Amino acid sequence: MVKEGKYKEALEIIMEDLPLPGVLGRVCPHGCENACRRCEVDDPIAIRDLKRLAADMCDPREINVECAATREEKVAIIGSGPAGLSAAYHLARNGIKSVIYEALPQAGGMLRVGIPAHRLPREVLDKEIELVTNLGVEIKLNTPLGSDLTIDDLFSQGYKAVYLALGAHKGIELGIPNERAAGVCQGVDFLREANLTGKTDVGKKVAIIGGGNVAIDVARSAKRLGAGEVTILYRRTRTEMPAWEEEIQAAEDEGTIINYLTAPQEVLVQDGKVVGVRCIKMELGAPDSSGRRKPIPLPGSEFDLEIDQLVPAIGQRPDLSALDDVAGLDISRWGTTDVDPITYATGHEGVFAGGDLQTGPWVAIGAIAAGKEAAESIARYIDGIDMAKGREPITYDDPVYRPIPKDEKVSARAKMPELAIADRAGNFDEVELGYSEDVGKAEAARCVNCGYCCECYQCVDACGADAVTLITHAESTEVLELDVGSIIVAPGYQPFDPSKFDNYSYSKFENVVTSMEFERILSASGPTQGHLVRLGDHKEPKKIAWLQCIGSRDQNKCDNSYCSSVCCMYAIKEAAIAMEHSGDDLDCAIFYMDMRTHGKDFEKFYNRAQDSGVRFVRTRIHSIEEDDETKSLTLRYATEDGRIENEVFDMVVLSVGMETPDGVKDLADMLGIEMTSGNFAAAPTFAPYETSVDGIFACGAFQGPRDIPQSVVDASAAAAAAGEFLSDARGTQTKTKELIEETNIIGERPRIGVFICRCGTNIAGVVDVPSVVEYAKDLPYVEYYTDNLYSCSQDNQEAMVALIKEHNLNRVVLAACTPKTHEPLFQETLMDAGLNKYLFEMTNIRNHDSWVHKNNPEVATEKAKDLVRMAVMKVALMEALPEAELEINQTALVLGGGVAGMSAALSLADQGYETLLVEKNKELGGQALNLYKTVKNEDVQTELKGMISKVEGSPKVSVHLETTLDSVDGFVGNYKSKISRNGNSEDIEYGVAVVATGGNPYLPDEYSYGQDPRVLYSLELDKKLMANDPSIKDVNSAVFIQCVGSRNDDRPYCSRVCCTHSIHSAIELKELKPEMDVYILYRDIRAYGEREYLYREAREKGVFFIRYSVDNKPEVKTGDRLTITVIDHVLEKPVEIEADLLTLASAIVPNANETLSQFYKVPINDDGFFVEKHAKLGPTEFATDGVFLCGLAHYPKPVDESVAQGKGAASRAVTLLARKNISTSGQVARVKPDVCSTCGVCIAVCPYSASYFRAEDERFFPGKSEINPVLCKGCGLCVASCRSGAINLLGFGNDQVFSQIFAFNEAI
Amino acid sequence: MSDWEPKIVSFFCNWCTYGAADLAGVSRMEHPPNTRVIRLPCSGRVSPKFILAALRQGADGVWVSGCHPGDCHYIEGNYYARRKFNLMKNLLEHMGLEPGRVQFSWISSAESTKYVQVINEVIETVRKLGPAKDFVKDKPKVD
Repeated sequence: MVKEGKYKEALEIIMEDLPLPGVLGRVCPHGCENACRRCEVDDPIAIRDLKRLAADMCDPREINVECAATREEKVAIIGSGPAGLSAAYHLARNGIKSVIYEALPQAGGMLRVGIPAHRLPREVLDKEIELVTNLGVEIKLNTPLGSDLTIDDLFSQGYKAVYLALGAHKGIELGIPNERAAGVCQGVDFLREANLTGKTDVGKKVAIIGGGNVAIDVARSAKRLGAGEVTILYRRTRTEMPAWEEEIQAAEDEGTIINYLTAPQEVLVQDGKVVGVRCIKMELGAPDSSGRRKPIPLPGSEFDLEIDQLVPAIGQRPDLSALDDVAGLDISRWGTTDVDPITYATGHEGVFAGGDLQTGPWVAIGAIAAGKEAAESIARYIDGIDMAKGREPITYDDPVYRPIPKDEKVSARAKMPELAIADRAGNFDEVELGYSEDVGKAEAARCVNCGYCCECYQCVDACGADAVTLITHAESTEVLELDVGSIIVAPGYQPFDPSKFDNYSYSKFENVVTSMEFERILSASGPTQGHLVRLGDHKEPKKIAWLQCIGSRDQNKCDNSYCSSVCCMYAIKEAAIAMEHSGDDLDCAIFYMDMRTHGKDFEKFYNRAQDSGVRFVRTRIHSIEEDDETKSLTLRYATEDGRIENEVFDMVVLSVGMETPDGVKDLADMLGIEMTSGNFAAAPTFAPYETSVDGIFACGAFQGPRDIPQSVVDASAAAAAAGEFLSDARGTQTKTKELIEETNIIGERPRIGVFICRCGTNIAGVVDVPSVVEYAKDLPYVEYYTDNLYSCSQDNQEAMVALIKEHNLNRVVLAACTPKTHEPLFQETLMDAGLNKYLFEMTNIRNHDSWVHKNNPEVATEKAKDLVRMAVMKVALMEALPEAELEINQTALVLGGGVAGMSAALSLADQGYETLLVEKNKELGGQALNLYKTVKNEDVQTELKGMISKVEGSPKVSVHLETTLDSVDGFVGNYKSKISRNGNSEDIEYGVAVVATGGNPYLPDEYSYGQDPRVLYSLELDKKLMANDPSIKDVNSAVFIQCVGSRNDDRPYCSRVCCTHSIHSAIELKELKPEMDVYILYRDIRAYGEREYLYREAREKGVFFIRYSVDNKPEVKTGDRLTITVIDHVLEKPVEIEADLLTLASAIVPNANETLSQFYKVPINDDGFFVEKHAKLGPTEFATDGVFLCGLAHYPKPVDESVAQGKGAASRAVTLLARKNISTSGQVARVKPDVCSTCGVCIAVCPYSASYFRAEDERFFPGKSEINPVLCKGCGLCVASCRSGAINLLGFGNDQVFSQIFAFNEAI
Repeated sequence: MSDWEPKIVSFFCNWCTYGAADLAGVSRMEHPPNTRVIRLPCSGRVSPKFILAALRQGADGVWVSGCHPGDCHYIEGNYYARRKFNLMKNLLEHMGLEPGRVQFSWISSAESTKYVQVINEVIETVRKLGPAKDFVKDKPKVD
């Protein structure tokens, strides 16, 4: 708060707890500063001095201290020191008045008589005592407790409770001879007299015994009062001295001599007066009970010191004479009062004690805290409630702190300005002068905010809606126990922290950023609002470099040897967007090892980026250097032909990988989930959603690095797995909302209610809301009009329901915020009032008006009136729209009996749904029948057999082999089809369809395939391996050629699985025959995720990897010898390899999908794969409701991803099936068939195939257009396109939009 | 005419430009108050008649804004809108309407900055053209 210059607010916070901010800001020993976490960087924040600055800048008397209503009960407080004042203050805040009885002629206790004015100016103390008396506290001076005033007297005077805070004012004697001689004066007595009267007897040569602050105070006061020579005798060394270091320093500066390791033995007296003190030197022995080393006298070292005044200041204790005979009051062996440690209650009913009286001499802040606690106890005592309940001290075993930034700069703590030493003599002017505002703000700014929230409660003041209150603010961690049947673990990943790579200097160079930071720079809602600039100097970069594989595929600098899968693609995307932002002259270069664009449509994106000029440089960057002036960065790298290049870039983006955070590893550990070497959840290939713990499923990057589509698929699969697990419990814990019966308003004249929202001051601060309300009054059909503070608040919702009923309203207009977020809420309000939810119109006078025209309130008000008028005119024409309910047929159809289709069918069946599985071949299994082993070395055939037998054994799955789908009729929830087997046709009905029609291997037409038996494609090699073909043992040299049929002009996509497949087969060959030479000729190795380990293993096992360029493909010569010639990328020379076996990693091509595409009106892309609803968020479903997608029909993928997508498709299908019926939206297009000219435009344009022609043999309107409200999404495209004007969009009808247009300009 | 301010009717797609206008509000991006927004499900819902009606009603300008081509919430509504608008614009200009009186744009719901830039351009263009006269229905004369 001090940093912000909010001194008043700062004092308000301080004074929640203590009434004496200026006093404590000077005399507090600031134990808190030792705990300050800034100590980990340099010195602690000067917390005490900042407190003082707040009290210096703002008079604490001006702070409004909120007090409860005054009560009748009164409390007597004995002693006006910090404990007494604090108790009085806090009692007053509780509404309890108190009277303080003070023995001395001035109030303040030790603050007054113990602390000299040069440390605590009297006016500061007076001001803050006045602050307490201003609350109605009365202080009776010169009124000691004693025989004239006993505790019993006080009770009989009507006081309900007594608080004893007498302090400790009695000096402790030294216990040496002649201690009572004239010229010996106790330290506390010396100070009391000096502080009360401003003078006291001071000798010329003064010796003070002791090492505490009292000793120092006496010394510094004596100097000020004219003492010639002041000596402090202390029996230990300076290190052990309890006085504050700055006080010792100040005393020395002012001329006090300190004799360490010196103890007095005897006071030397002449004529009854002190003339000297005999001392003895000490040495330090073993530590005593206080932990300090015990002083031991050195025999024979005695010496005499000539003095005329001796002041012992070795401690003080309470003067208990007035409390001698109080019944029940126990005195400890230390001479202090015994109290309950929590409530501060003594053994005497209604008597409480605190401060030095109870603790022995201690610090003021301790006394103030004790006073506050006692006040709480006394208030409870008076109310007769349990004094101790809920007051146990809270200890924080594991406090949560914000980590201190590693790059936090060291900055010196502000020095306290002091009065010059020469100006201090002979006066008690304050020595510490206090910070100036600037110095104080800078000091406050050193705070590292380690506590997250500093509890300034400014949010409580600012929140007009009372959402943040002191009570809600105090809410803390709560432990909840949940009863669950299954757990899905999706804790995600963290981006790799590149600051540990010193060669990239991420934390040193401002223009080296991570890819995540670059995303924010590109984002319209980011720090630069989407302007691509360097954050340091706001210059637009002309050249940007991306460095790939930062924290991935790297065992030297970090332990993440896996590939993070997503970085290549996002780097290309960032480069493409950067070029969109900055124009084509932006030079983008991506430095990479292998370009891994194995996702659907990613390869095309990569090709486009190359065409548009993004440079792809295959190298690893050695180091980055920064230019001191321009802050540009020089990259040093080796080109492919071996040259060393230095290239300067304006920005460098580090494409950081994914890793599992430590907290997630702990979570996995706690749950007992087995992890892979890369710290991802381990799972079998045929159940990728499982973890090693039964009933716990996983999804997302916790399973391995992956992109959004894969994560969404996994999430659906995990949900289905949990759904199977819990299918018996489906629907048992759901609640159904009670629906209010809808009022029929047909034929009623519109009765419109207009509600104008003030949104606190968000709208009302700009728009003149009352005048808009007044204006609404005269609009047609308006029956009721009002404004609300917050329309969306719970109580207002209820009020609106009541008003709608009371005024019999049948249409509602709300002028407030955006309908995009709030329309559904208010539609529910209408439904609660029995109105159809479409009899509502919301207009946006906040986002579109008050927030953006705040400098123009008059025009903003006019605009609000226009918008309200337009809404009223529209709503008057609104009708109640029906939402038809449709039953969903509970049977599912799965097309395709491969791994994906079986996975979907099994999941649907296990969740309780009848499933028809249609497969065109003779057996189930699909392409997996041709696979040998998974990348995790599981035997595919064994696993597949298990899966097939589960499908065949499932009572809910009916398998139709050698069957084809001949026709599709109907729509979501109600499909009808014909299927046929060997010419026998059968009709089936079902609610949802899952398309899992798979793919095929591409049969190569190059590399001599088909002309030489030694040339195979991948699946043929698998077959040989499966059959344990002996001819493999004879092979001495095997070659794999990658990207056969993939990534070319005909099929510009990556087949995703081939790199890993070939590597795995290569390892297999090496294991069968280690001396075999195995070569893999590749373009980019795309062993994504933890498949990267296989790539490493293959290299370790001696598999040769030779990269070829697409312009210079390998050449195959057949004949006696099978030779493959390839240009080696390192040697840049042709290499001829003689092989006995050539395996072509052939592409995966989709089945012919056109018929199916027409049947279900679902699209296919240029490559022949089906197009999903949304590439990222809807990867397992189609835009057409009720049709789902999985497996190779979507895109090439390995077994685990097919299994997951199959289950994912089932999961999405169940979301429909489980509802049993669906309600259509009311906002759909409707045809007037008598106007329809059957032109067919609506059918041509509808993206959802909702329009169709009625059958020619229908009785009414045969051949006319009709729209299925179940399929219609209400976009209105057909409405705007209908040349006959036959179609209308309910809710956004022509007449309704026209009414808005007609109303926009009232003057005309 | 010095205090004349153009009044512009805007047809916004609910999913993108309406959202961009919302976001501009959230970001407190000041812009001139000359537009009146009519929210529609899709730019494909904008019938040419709406544009004519607004002009006839006295709008000094009409502004239609939808999602970027390829980003339609309804898959392809804005492609159809784009075709319609091109024809519509040609037709209106052929009939003598000043270019700039009717404008189209594509603004996604994240592009609040672009929204503010375009709204300023639209308003300035219309302001330079002055009050619309060509299609405005005559005011009824009241004796």
